[in-house]
Amino acid sequence: MNYVPDFSIVTDNWIVLLRGLLVTIEIWIPSILIGLAGGFLLAQARLARSGWLRGVSLVYVELFRDTPVLIQLIWFFYAFPILVGLQLSPYAAALLALVLNTSAYASEIFRGGIRSIHRGQMEGALAIGMSRAQAMRRVILPQVVKRMLPAFTNRTIEVAKMSSLASVISVHELMYQGRLLSSTYYRPFEILTAVAFIYFVLIYPGTFLAGRLEKHLARSN
Amino acid sequence: MTAHPILDVRGLHKRFGDHHVLKGIDFTVEPGERVAIIGGSGSGKSTFLRCLNFMEVLSEGEIRLDGTRIGLERKGTVTYPEKQLCQVRERLGMVFQQFNLFPHMSVLDNVMEGLVTVKGLPKPEARRIAEAELAKVGLTDKHSAWPGRLSGGQQQRVAIARALSMQPEILLFDEPTSSLDPELVGEVLRVIKQLAEEKRTMLLVTHELGFAYHFATKVIFLADGVFHEVGTPDEVLKTPSKPRTQDFLRRFGEFAF
Repeated sequence: MNYVPDFSIVTDNWIVLLRGLLVTIEIWIPSILIGLAGGFLLAQARLARSGWLRGVSLVYVELFRDTPVLIQLIWFFYAFPILVGLQLSPYAAALLALVLNTSAYASEIFRGGIRSIHRGQMEGALAIGMSRAQAMRRVILPQVVKRMLPAFTNRTIEVAKMSSLASVISVHELMYQGRLLSSTYYRPFEILTAVAFIYFVLIYPGTFLAGRLEKHLARSN
Repeated sequence: MTAHPILDVRGLHKRFGDHHVLKGIDFTVEPGERVAIIGGSGSGKSTFLRCLNFMEVLSEGEIRLDGTRIGLERKGTVTYPEKQLCQVRERLGMVFQQFNLFPHMSVLDNVMEGLVTVKGLPKPEARRIAEAELAKVGLTDKHSAWPGRLSGGQQQRVAIARALSMQPEILLFDEPTSSLDPELVGEVLRVIKQLAEEKRTMLLVTHELGFAYHFATKVIFLADGVFHEVGTPDEVLKTPSKPRTQDFLRRFGEFAF
């Protein structure tokens, strides 16, 4: 191999990659936060007494779990506007798709977590006069979050990586900028390696902190 | 004499699907009464107790607490607004067979939780009350322990302190010693006995017939979803009049009164 890597192509264009990174973060963090909230509500619907609510939640979750994310992204950009007569920006379409997708996965995590908490916990809370909402917030959810932290961490990582798919509907995130640079300068080795490295640096601190948090929460075991 | 009993149950039925567990129970409790409820497994004694604080929703019948009917009746159907049930549960403390302590909170936080979240007390005041209740059950040295690190007997005493912290008018004990190792039963029964000496109003579902005899002012033998025999501890446990009660007691063998 007589290829001589030249990473100056990366350092010269760092501002382009940084702009991409910021957009990646702008997709990633809201997707996770809104997706978790949506997932919690969907899980409540799934565990509700009303069969109608349970049905809607089930169909929603299965639709998003059993189709590729790539299709969902493209669908919300190209097909959804035809349905509602409103063109979304690439960023809005990507965010919408990832929020809805994350909600579906998060709802399954919440549902499993809530069901795994012994019924006696809810009863113990109700018996001292708490409302169901108070019991959920003070007694059930803290235990669910603790038990489900590895699953949530996993999902958070997945969404960070999934956000790179938004490049196909030309959201100017990190992957998009990387591909653009690489095809402009014909230096895929340096640029794509750098892009992968940036994703790693973005995601790794999160998994590290989640591991620490898991240990901290395990102290009452 | 009070004008009305503190707890008044009329025509209580409970069904789980086709399974008719409680078949029309009438029951009153006067302040200061201590009622022991005994009966075979599956006789519905725990279900009965759980109906009183609406851990189970009644299929039929009505419950009055201090003269006030619980639930709203409209056009023949009864609904139970959550707010009202919360108030009822605040007034009826419950101790469970499985303790049901909150494992993610320290012992002290378990006892403070209702005071802070439900009663809305400021933390220092809640802490003061919780410390007093924990002292009462002999657990002053365990404030910062996690429930999971305690013995079953200690956990149950924390659960009793948690129930007491809300200053309930009636205490409901649902087989409080049934999941304990035999050597840990005594410490929990001692705490319950001490509460009896304070003349608290209490209902106890139990298999500890010897304890029931000394504890109760009234004993109820529940069988087939009805109160089969009701009377003083002597009447029901020493000279039961009904063959079914006699049979049940005989199967328990000898126990020291």
